[in-house]
Amino acid sequence: MEKSLTWREFVITRLIQASGYSAIIFVLLIFFFLIREGLPALVEVKISSLLSVRWYPIEGYFGLLPLITGSLIVTLGATLIAVPLGIGTAVYISEIAPRWMREILKPLVELLGGLPSVVLGFLGILIVSPFLRVLLDLPTGLTAFSGSLLLGAIAVPTVVSVAEDALDSVPRAYREGAWALGATPWQTIWRVTLPAARSGVLTAIMLGIGRAIGETMTVMMVTGNAPVLAIKLGSLFSPVRTMTATIAAEMGEVANGSSHYHVLFFIGMVLFLISLVVNIIASSVVFRAKKRAERILS
Amino acid sequence: MKRVLTVFLGVSFLIISCGSVDASTAAASDSSAKYIENKGSDTIVNLALAWAEKYQAEHPDIRISVTGGGSGTGIAALVNGTVDIANASRKIKDEEIAEAKSKGINPVEHIIARDAIAVIVNPKNPVNQLTLQQISDIYSGKTSNWSEVGGEDRPIVKLSRETNSGTHVYFLETVLRLGNKDDKTLFSMDTLLLPSSEGIVSEVRSNPNAVGYDGLGYVPEDLKTLAIAKEAGGMYVLPSIQTVNDKTYAIARDLYMYTDGEPSGVIKEYLDWILSNEAQQIVADLGFVPAK
Repeated sequence: MEKSLTWREFVITRLIQASGYSAIIFVLLIFFFLIREGLPALVEVKISSLLSVRWYPIEGYFGLLPLITGSLIVTLGATLIAVPLGIGTAVYISEIAPRWMREILKPLVELLGGLPSVVLGFLGILIVSPFLRVLLDLPTGLTAFSGSLLLGAIAVPTVVSVAEDALDSVPRAYREGAWALGATPWQTIWRVTLPAARSGVLTAIMLGIGRAIGETMTVMMVTGNAPVLAIKLGSLFSPVRTMTATIAAEMGEVANGSSHYHVLFFIGMVLFLISLVVNIIASSVVFRAKKRAERILS
Repeated sequence: MKRVLTVFLGVSFLIISCGSVDASTAAASDSSAKYIENKGSDTIVNLALAWAEKYQAEHPDIRISVTGGGSGTGIAALVNGTVDIANASRKIKDEEIAEAKSKGINPVEHIIARDAIAVIVNPKNPVNQLTLQQISDIYSGKTSNWSEVGGEDRPIVKLSRETNSGTHVYFLETVLRLGNKDDKTLFSMDTLLLPSSEGIVSEVRSNPNAVGYDGLGYVPEDLKTLAIAKEAGGMYVLPSIQTVNDKTYAIARDLYMYTDGEPSGVIKEYLDWILSNEAQQIVADLGFVPAK
């Protein structure tokens, strides 16, 4: 009896351990694969060509700058929309809304999160972009801004559900302490609850950014996919081409092992590195914030 | 998008119809059923589906599966030996032939129909006609306002298919470079590259600044098709079966099917049938131009 118990204990612990390690193994394998397929691009295509501003792969122009700036500007726009909206919604659901409202809102937000991105893309083509073209008097509505709006809508549910969980786990005693000191509800939220939930809220923001930068279908449908260098402020209101849309549009057609194929994998590497940097920044900020909080409490 | 959906529905219809054939003549057809795999150009896919349905109705022992994906995808599949017939809206490239030869595949070309590329604008746009040179200047970015080609004072928004489309490559060579092989003109960087014909059609429909191009068979009635002249002072011609066949319309091309080696057996019978009057009538019905 006792022997079978330790044996079972052993197996189960190992299984859980293995699933824990599997995440690391998968990430490493994916990264290894990306490097193996992507690094030859650096040999086959000159670095100066990769850093040029013209992307036209069927004639051998492999400038990545338009794609990188395109992805960044769409993601930046989406973040500016999703973060205030998402955190505002989370604060409302967790701190202000009456109980019945919370019961309605939470499942609705989660439903929004389950909406397939291609459906949002349809909405974008048929409604959002023609509307924006007329409203803002633009040459075309297929712009980075349309992409940002829709990506914002995609990222909001992620931000809301993670941030709301974080706010929910702040002990009630914190709020009661603040009220006892005479703080208004807004002062309590801004000075006590949000800072206490800071690491969870930051995680929410980072997950939202990750969701936005990796999204493909919607941006391919609404951003116009013109590989123009997007570094001016006005670029937000002109067509751009993102890295994800480029990979999705061109990978199916490319000859296996050609320079174009390797460059597409190289773009995958760049995307991977960008999300790695976002994650590292996020965890270091969370780490520092935690240390300061511990210092204050002790 | 719509085209993808059509393909999907078409394929599932084929599968369903095959299923019912199977049920009724199970014993007879199981031993003798022959499969033809057909893949490639999105331009041709509706035509290929229509042919396949008709042919299967007449020959219950033949199963034809048709998929799209683009000319390059189809040729790549032929080179990899996964399809019997590749559809292409452009000629096979030398590199593709070399790759095929290295894998022991010998692509043979069959012209199965012709297609005119229509240049389309929003019906509110007063421009009715352009020369090839003017279209080239628009797409290469030299002309950026409709007033320069006789229209209103509006910016020109240029729409194109993605670079993996055979139509894109054909348009680049025939219109932007005016057929000149040494010309290195490229699409202007701010040309919008849309992943589907449907994307181009819906943007042209809603945006009076836009100009786009697409196969004549895919242009809906509510958009305006421009008349095109080969050179300044030449006659402006609208695309139609007649103007393509008498070669007065400038942007028309052949559509191809490629097989591995000279076709034989069921594939030969199918390709022969495609060139028959009955099959070529379907070509005309779908807005393409018959090969003969």
